[in-house]
Amino acid sequence: MSLKIKSQEDFWAGLMFIGFGILAIIIARDYPMGSAMRMGPGYFPTWIGVILIILGSIIAAMGFKFEGEKVGNFAWRPMILLSIAFAAFGWAIDNIGFILAMVILIVLSALAGKEFRIKGVIAMVAVLVVGAWALFIYALELPFPLWWWR
Amino acid sequence: MEFFAEYFPNLTLGFATAVSPVNLLYCFAGVFVGTLVGVLPGIGPLAAIAMLLPATFNLPPVGALIMLAGIYYGCQYGGSTTAILVKLPGESASVVTCMDGHEMAKKGRAGPALAIAAVGSFIAGTVGTILIAVAGPPIAEMALKFGAPEYFSLMCMGLIASAVLAHGNMLKAIAMIFLGLIFGIVGTDVNSGMSRFTFGASGLADGLSFVVVAMGLFGFGEILANLERGQDKATREML
Repeated sequence: MSLKIKSQEDFWAGLMFIGFGILAIIIARDYPMGSAMRMGPGYFPTWIGVILIILGSIIAAMGFKFEGEKVGNFAWRPMILLSIAFAAFGWAIDNIGFILAMVILIVLSALAGKEFRIKGVIAMVAVLVVGAWALFIYALELPFPLWWWR
Repeated sequence: MEFFAEYFPNLTLGFATAVSPVNLLYCFAGVFVGTLVGVLPGIGPLAAIAMLLPATFNLPPVGALIMLAGIYYGCQYGGSTTAILVKLPGESASVVTCMDGHEMAKKGRAGPALAIAAVGSFIAGTVGTILIAVAGPPIAEMALKFGAPEYFSLMCMGLIASAVLAHGNMLKAIAMIFLGLIFGIVGTDVNSGMSRFTFGASGLADGLSFVVVAMGLFGFGEILANLERGQDKATREML
């Protein structure tokens, strides 16, 4: 019997569930467990993690048995760049202000695309920064600092 | 007709107040602004009302209430616009609109989809208001009797229903529900007050808000699905 992955989709989905289960247990291991009668903060997450690992194993094992879909190529560059762009925006809006945060978000997101046209990006930065400022800061008066000094 | 004797005078009083021209104007202004704000993804009715509350300070109490109600309904409807056009639910109620509405928009029928959402919003609002007016008192009485067993049963039913309704692999649906439970644990533990899975960030102490999860799931999912197809169109649409 050969161990060939027949359904990549099931296999990777299973691994993902196992990963989340392990992560949940690792983070929850510092929380007091308690008992089934008096559950501590760690009781629920730990057991859900265990269930996730079990279910994930079954799903991953099914990937060896049944035919299924193939997983396409991962688009690593856009995925990583977009995640960084959103995270950077979250950090920047509190630390270096709304306007620079918008610029960082737009430029990083544009870099994730297939083509990077400098003129288009500059135009989009201008339009979106002014538009977002007019809408969120001026009209709705959301309390975000415009620059880093206030 | 004890029923009518109780409800009819109250309803006529309410309509007489609401139909006066000044109040209708407040209502229109509220709905207009509410829809404008509701279109912004991520700003639901609650946030909109909180932001626009100062605008009603100078109005008489009845007018202010009417305007706030208008903002609420306008916001609820406005959320469906982004849900249909770019598959970003503006607030929790328009998550479902995303699924069918965006499919219609993809086939070039965004106009009809928006119209259906508007008509549906009107009918649901009208019927819902009548139902609340008629059935409010008895339901409120019942809701007060809800205790731990009832909430537990309700939650169990919800979890089982979501496993049954999900199409595709049953096992994956159940695993996803447990994954969802993990995300639901994020925040302060109700029983002990201990914060779990917050990584020391105080912003997570309240847990993940449903709107954030829905937007991340639908908006980000849409981007990732487009990446798989090798297009960067969605990124631009998203921005």
